[in-house]
Amino acid sequence: MNTLILRTTSSFLFTLLLLLSVFLLFRGHNEPGGGFIGALVAVGAYALYALAHGLSAARRLLPLHPLRLVGWGLLVALLSALVAFLLGKPLMTGVWFSLLGVKVGTPVIFDIGVYLTVFGALLSAIFGLEESAKAHRSEEG
Amino acid sequence: MSPLVLPLLVPLTTAVLCLVVARPKVQRVLGLLGALALLVSALALLLEVHRRGIQAVQIGNWPAPFGITFVADHLSALMVVAGGVVAVAVALFALAEPDLPRERLGYYPLSHFLLFGVNGAFLTGDIFNMYVWFEVLLLSSFVLMVLGSGKAQLAGGVKYFAVSLFSSVLFLVAVGLLYGSTGALNLADLATRVAGLPSGFQNALAMLFLVAFGLKAAVFPFFFWLPASYPAPPVTISALFAGLLTKVGVYALLRVFTLLFAQDPAFSHGVILWVAGLTLLLGAFLALAQGELRRLLSFQLVSHIGYMLMGLGLLTPLALAGSVFYALNHMLVISALFLLAGLLYHLQGTSVLVRMGGLYRSHPGLALLFLLPAFSLAGLPPFSGFWAKFTLAAAGLEAGAYAIVGVALLVGLLTLLSMGMVFAEVFWKTPPEERAVPGGWERLVFPVVLLAVLTLGIGLWAEPLMALSQQAARELLEPTPYIQAVLGVSR
Repeated sequence: MNTLILRTTSSFLFTLLLLLSVFLLFRGHNEPGGGFIGALVAVGAYALYALAHGLSAARRLLPLHPLRLVGWGLLVALLSALVAFLLGKPLMTGVWFSLLGVKVGTPVIFDIGVYLTVFGALLSAIFGLEESAKAHRSEEG
Repeated sequence: MSPLVLPLLVPLTTAVLCLVVARPKVQRVLGLLGALALLVSALALLLEVHRRGIQAVQIGNWPAPFGITFVADHLSALMVVAGGVVAVAVALFALAEPDLPRERLGYYPLSHFLLFGVNGAFLTGDIFNMYVWFEVLLLSSFVLMVLGSGKAQLAGGVKYFAVSLFSSVLFLVAVGLLYGSTGALNLADLATRVAGLPSGFQNALAMLFLVAFGLKAAVFPFFFWLPASYPAPPVTISALFAGLLTKVGVYALLRVFTLLFAQDPAFSHGVILWVAGLTLLLGAFLALAQGELRRLLSFQLVSHIGYMLMGLGLLTPLALAGSVFYALNHMLVISALFLLAGLLYHLQGTSVLVRMGGLYRSHPGLALLFLLPAFSLAGLPPFSGFWAKFTLAAAGLEAGAYAIVGVALLVGLLTLLSMGMVFAEVFWKTPPEERAVPGGWERLVFPVVLLAVLTLGIGLWAEPLMALSQQAARELLEPTPYIQAVLGVSR
């Protein structure tokens, strides 16, 4: 979609949406929001950018393949679940500690894992769809 | 630190590490190490359960019946151990014959997610969580089934996908009805409440669960999908499926029909006995009519699920012990036969029986190796299959169920006949065409030898496993310690 308005605004919106997604991620602890919703918004940002600037431009904004992010996200979630286990409590029990004066807990870390996993999974689906559409077009043309 | 969650954490960690490290060479090592670690953790769990009784853990420390409960009794722990053995054998086979395209598509993470789901289903103490674990293992198995997108794989995958989804919907409906009528989902909590429901409603629920799990376990009349789909993927995938997936259905039936629906055994377990008999007969006869090795084995797989249901249908301590012993023995034997089918495919380039032959002359040791699991499947002494069938037959005679014992013995003979036919076709017959024998098969033998030696070892030294199976059967028939282990911990 090659319109000037979309191309100009999408660059602003991309940053704004990513900020919003991180805001939603951390807001989710006590209020509506969370890793899942936050990741959906972030994927929305990438999809908008891909619509305006093309898929390869959107791909360049991500330094690694989105499927790798699924692995890293799951790893983060797994580690957050393991903290309690290693402390001798049942798996996934919430553990809270203070980091530079900010109260941090394993549920937040788990949510970050969810964020990365959902983001990676949906983004690789979107990139995959676009790839198969491209292959289809080149077969016809 | 309880070892109860280790059989879940190990495959999950392995799968996640395989996702993070994309290089196939590293994944191979991780896959084997993960399978070995799974076996070790499963053995640790069995030891813990045997020493200290039934183990229960409330995930996240939310008390039962509201939290997520995992329970391990002898049955669960034994199934997890047998699953670990199958996982190790398959991992060794996959290492010996690397399938690079499928490894790039994620064979290792997917197979360990599958093990994660299977172990979750074995260990969960909550009927809705069991549904979730079924979904975990189904999603992984859907992808594994069509991994590489072969034409036969896609055709088999569609059938598998449709049947599995249908069974999941039925399962979910049954869980919904159960929750709506009792207000509980925790199995131990349900066990105390189901008895209060009207008996007609209980029986209706029982039949819904029988159909839902029967579809998964591939019993009569719901087995048609299994021989249509299992032979399609490569053997490192189908051996894993054959060893594990139907047993999850059998496990779910064993659990639900002893803990929840044992109030009207004349009806519910009578139906199960009919299902068992028809599964045995139809599977065995259909196996005789097959001309392709893996399809034949798939029908044998279906047929022998009947033995495990037979013990459940009889519902005596000895019969249930027979069922458990049979399930464990069958996991090893059928995986060995599927892996052997893969090895024969490697040697002959086909698994169509008429086009195979002559292996007795070129590989006499291999012929002997085939006979070990084949005789065990048929139930000849001194293999583990003999004790499994012997226990079930003894239990049947004790209960006066002569018809099903007759069927069981007849199917044993039919299995022997079918295995004899395979032996004659693959090993004795002069091959229809001369072909060069490819090398490199020696590496593939090792996992089969491992499983074959295990079935022989269990046969010669059956006492410990039989004692464990009998303990599992006692726990199934007397659910009070199970209920106390779950509900007592939190209070």
